[in-house]
Amino acid sequence: MSEPSMSSAQISNDAGREFLTFTLGNEEYGIDILKVQEIRGYDAVTHIANTPAFIKGVINLRGVIVPIVDLRIKFNLGTAEYNPFTVVIILNVAGRVIGIVVDGVSDVTILSSAQIKPPPELTSSLDTQFIQGLGTMDDRMIILIDIEALLMSPALELIDA
Amino acid sequence: MTVDMSQFYEVFFEEAAEHLASMEGLLLKLDIDAPDADELNAIFRAAHSIKGGSGTFGFTDMTGVTHILENLLDKIRKGELALRQEMIDVFLEAGDVLKAQLDAHRSGGESVDEARIASVCAVLAKMTSEETAPATSSTPRQNAAPSADKTRFHLAFKRVAKSKLENLLRELAENGDLKVQEESGNEHLSLMFDTTMSETDLLELIQYVVSLKQVVLATGEIDPAEFARDAFGFFEGNPGAPEAPLVAEEDDGFGLFVSPAELKSQQEADDGFGLFEDAPGTEQIKQVEATADAAPIKPAAPTPKSTAAAPANTEGASIRVSVEKVDQLINLVGELVITQAMLAQTTANVDPTLYEVLLNSVAQLERNTRDLQESVMSIRMMPISFVFSRFPRVVRDVANKLGKQVELRTIGEGTELDKGLIEKIADPLTHLVRNSLDHGIESPEKRIAAGKDPKGTLTLRASHQGGNIVIEVSDDGGGLSRERILAKAKEKGIPVSDSMTDQEVWLLIFAPGFSTAEVVTDVSGRGVGMDVVKRNIEGMGGRVELDSKTGTGTTVTIRLPLTLAILDGMSVAVGNEVFIIPLNYIIESLQPAEHDVKTVASEGRVVNVRGEYLPLMAVHSLFNIKPKTTDPSKGILVIIESDGNKAALLVDELVGQHQVVIKSLETNFRKVRGISAATIMGDGKVALILDMVALVRMARK
Repeated sequence: MSEPSMSSAQISNDAGREFLTFTLGNEEYGIDILKVQEIRGYDAVTHIANTPAFIKGVINLRGVIVPIVDLRIKFNLGTAEYNPFTVVIILNVAGRVIGIVVDGVSDVTILSSAQIKPPPELTSSLDTQFIQGLGTMDDRMIILIDIEALLMSPALELIDA
Repeated sequence: MTVDMSQFYEVFFEEAAEHLASMEGLLLKLDIDAPDADELNAIFRAAHSIKGGSGTFGFTDMTGVTHILENLLDKIRKGELALRQEMIDVFLEAGDVLKAQLDAHRSGGESVDEARIASVCAVLAKMTSEETAPATSSTPRQNAAPSADKTRFHLAFKRVAKSKLENLLRELAENGDLKVQEESGNEHLSLMFDTTMSETDLLELIQYVVSLKQVVLATGEIDPAEFARDAFGFFEGNPGAPEAPLVAEEDDGFGLFVSPAELKSQQEADDGFGLFEDAPGTEQIKQVEATADAAPIKPAAPTPKSTAAAPANTEGASIRVSVEKVDQLINLVGELVITQAMLAQTTANVDPTLYEVLLNSVAQLERNTRDLQESVMSIRMMPISFVFSRFPRVVRDVANKLGKQVELRTIGEGTELDKGLIEKIADPLTHLVRNSLDHGIESPEKRIAAGKDPKGTLTLRASHQGGNIVIEVSDDGGGLSRERILAKAKEKGIPVSDSMTDQEVWLLIFAPGFSTAEVVTDVSGRGVGMDVVKRNIEGMGGRVELDSKTGTGTTVTIRLPLTLAILDGMSVAVGNEVFIIPLNYIIESLQPAEHDVKTVASEGRVVNVRGEYLPLMAVHSLFNIKPKTTDPSKGILVIIESDGNKAALLVDELVGQHQVVIKSLETNFRKVRGISAATIMGDGKVALILDMVALVRMARK
C-alpha cells in the first residue's frame, strides 16, 4: 500500500529475511515476522453486526479491543472451523493491532533473496498486488504476502473508508 | 555550560504560563482605589519569577519586558506611585505580550511583533518614570538614579584576586555603569553596578569567574553605606554568612524551597503528636526542621540554576506528571478491575464453607480495587476554575468593546471534572459567554429604560448532579424573542408552527445554519455557531439545554458526564449477545401489553406508552441476532431519549447496571453504525456500547 512498507518488504540483502509461515487449506503462506506480535488461541469473540462474514468480531486482548479476520473465509480456503486448536496470529500493522485466523502456524523460515521468485500474473481471490513473491524451500512453495497492504486494503473493511 | 538547559525549558514554559495566568487573575481582581498589598506583592512575585526564569534560560526578550513591568509594579507596591486604571490595562497588555513571546519560544514559531513590544515597554517606562523623579528626588540614594530600565546592584567580592576579576569587571562595564565603591587590599572589592541585566544573568556571568560563595549581591534598595558595612560585617565575622543576602535575593526560589519543608514539618508534627505523643514523633520533627534549615543554603550557593529547577521539584504539594503516565495508570487500573471481576465471578461458584478465607480475600480485593480506581480516576480530575479563570478577562474585554457594563459571577469553581473535558469545554463555554455578552445583555441605556440595573450580570455556575456535571451560563439580559426565531425559521424553511412550546422554539437556534449574522445582530436571538456548540458538547457525551424568558434573561445549561473514560451503563441481553445502553439516555424500561404495540403501514411498529406513540426498534433485527423472543410483550422495552426524541428498544432482558470502561473501537478497527464504543465485561468478553444518538435517528427515519 504505502511506499515504505513495500520497499522494506523488498528483499535486498542475502542474509535472508525471516517469515512466519502458516497454512490456509493446502497452501502455505509467509508473512514478515516483524509484523507479528503474538500467536494465541481463538476464543471469546464478540460478533459485530452488519460486517462481512470474514470479520469475526472483536476480542479483548489484555484490555485492547482487537478485530479478528478469518482469512480462510476471505480466501475460501480450508474449512472455517473453530475449535481449541484454531490459531489467531496477532499482527501489528500500520499502528493497529489486528488478529487473523489461519488453519495452522508452521514455523519461522529464513529465506534469502535467491529463494524468492517474483509472483506470476494470475487471477485468484488474493490480488497479486499483495503477493511479494514466492519463496521456495526444498519442495515447499511459500506465498509471501504483504500483510500490511492486504489488511489495510478497502476490500478487508477493517478501516474507515 | 555543562548542563543541558533545554531539559528544563518545558518546566519553565509551564510555570511561566501559570505565573502569567495568576498575574492576570490578580490584576483583574485588584481594587484600583485600595489595592491589597498582598495581591500587589503576589503580582510582583509572579512577574519576578518570569523574569528570573526567562533570564536563566536566555529568553532575553521576555526578561526585558518583565523587567520594565517589574519596575512599575515595584513602585506601586511600595506606594511610590498610585495605581490607576490605565496601569492595569497596560499590565494586561504586557501580560499578553509575554504570553505571545512565551508561545513563540515554546513553538519555536515566529517572534512577536517588535513594535508591539516596544510600545508596551515605552508606556510602562513612561508610567514608571513619570512621577518617580519628583516623588523621590529628595532621598539621597537617588542621586545617581538608575534610568528606568536599569537596576542597581551592589556587589562585594571577597577573597578574590584582583587579577582574576579584571575580565569580569570589563564584561560588567560593557553591560552597564560600574562604580568601584571600596577597595581594600587585593582581596576585597565593593562595587555599584547599574545595568539592564537581570539578576539571574548577572549571577550567571559572575559565576563564570568566581564562586558564588565569594560574592555578595544586592539590588538597589539597600543603602550603599549600610550595605558596605553589612558586607564587611559579614566578611569579618562569619565566613559562611555571605550567602545569606544572596539567598534572600532569590526570594521566590527560597520561599518555595522552605515552605514545603515547613509545611511538612508542621504536618509531621501533627501526625507525630496524634499518633505517638512522645519521642519518635518529636525526633521526626527535629529531623525535618534540620533539613528545612539546611535547605536554603544548599541550593542557592553552588549554582543559581538550581533555583530555576527547584520550583518544579518542590512546588507546593503537587507534582507534575505527564498525562500519558496518568492515562497509562488509568488503563492499568481498568485492567485490574476487570481481572478482579473475573476472579469474583470464578469464586462465586465455590463452596463458601470450604473457601471462607479465599472469599474474604476476594471481597477485600474488590473493595481495594474500587478505592484504587476511584483515587486513580481522581488524578485526572481538575477543578473547573481552570476554565472559569479565563472569563474575567474575556468578559472585561468584550464588555469594554461593546460599551456594556457586565459583572461576572462564578459559582462552584471547585467542581471537578475530567482533564480531557476541561480542555474541550473551554471553547464552547467561551462561545456561550461571548454570545451572552453580545446578544444577551443589553446596553446600559436599554437596561435603564427597561428598569434594570445598568450593570448586567453574567453567571457561570458549575455543580455536580448525580453522575453529571452541570454548567450553567446565564445572563439577566433581554432573553430570546420567540417571534423572531419563528419568523426566521419559517424564512429558512424549517417546519415550525405557532403552537410549538417555548422549549421547542429555543431548540431551533441549535439548528445548523440557523444562526446567520443577520438573524443575530440587534436581535437577542443569539446563535452564532450554536450548532457547533451543541455538536461539541454532544461529542463529549453531554447535552445542552436552553431556557429563556423575554426581558429577564437566558440560561444555557450544559450537562456532561464526569469523565470520558467511564460510563454508567445498563447491560441488556439479546440472544447470546450483551450490549450496553448508556444509562443517561434511558427513561424507563417496561414490558408492554400486547395491544399497546401497533403497526404503521403494516411494517413500522410503534408502542403506546401512556398515550404517547414511540417508534419501536428491535435490537435483534438491527444487529441480525437470533433473539429469544421477537414479541415485545415477552421481551423488555427500554425507552430512550436523545435530542428530545424518544424511541423504544426491544431487548430480551435487562442484565444489570454497571460502570463500564469505554474502549474505542476505532483504535484498531473502524466505526460501526449503531455502536459508539466497546467495553470489557467482568468475564473478559467484549461488549458493545450502543450509540443512542444514531439509534434514535435510525428509528425516526
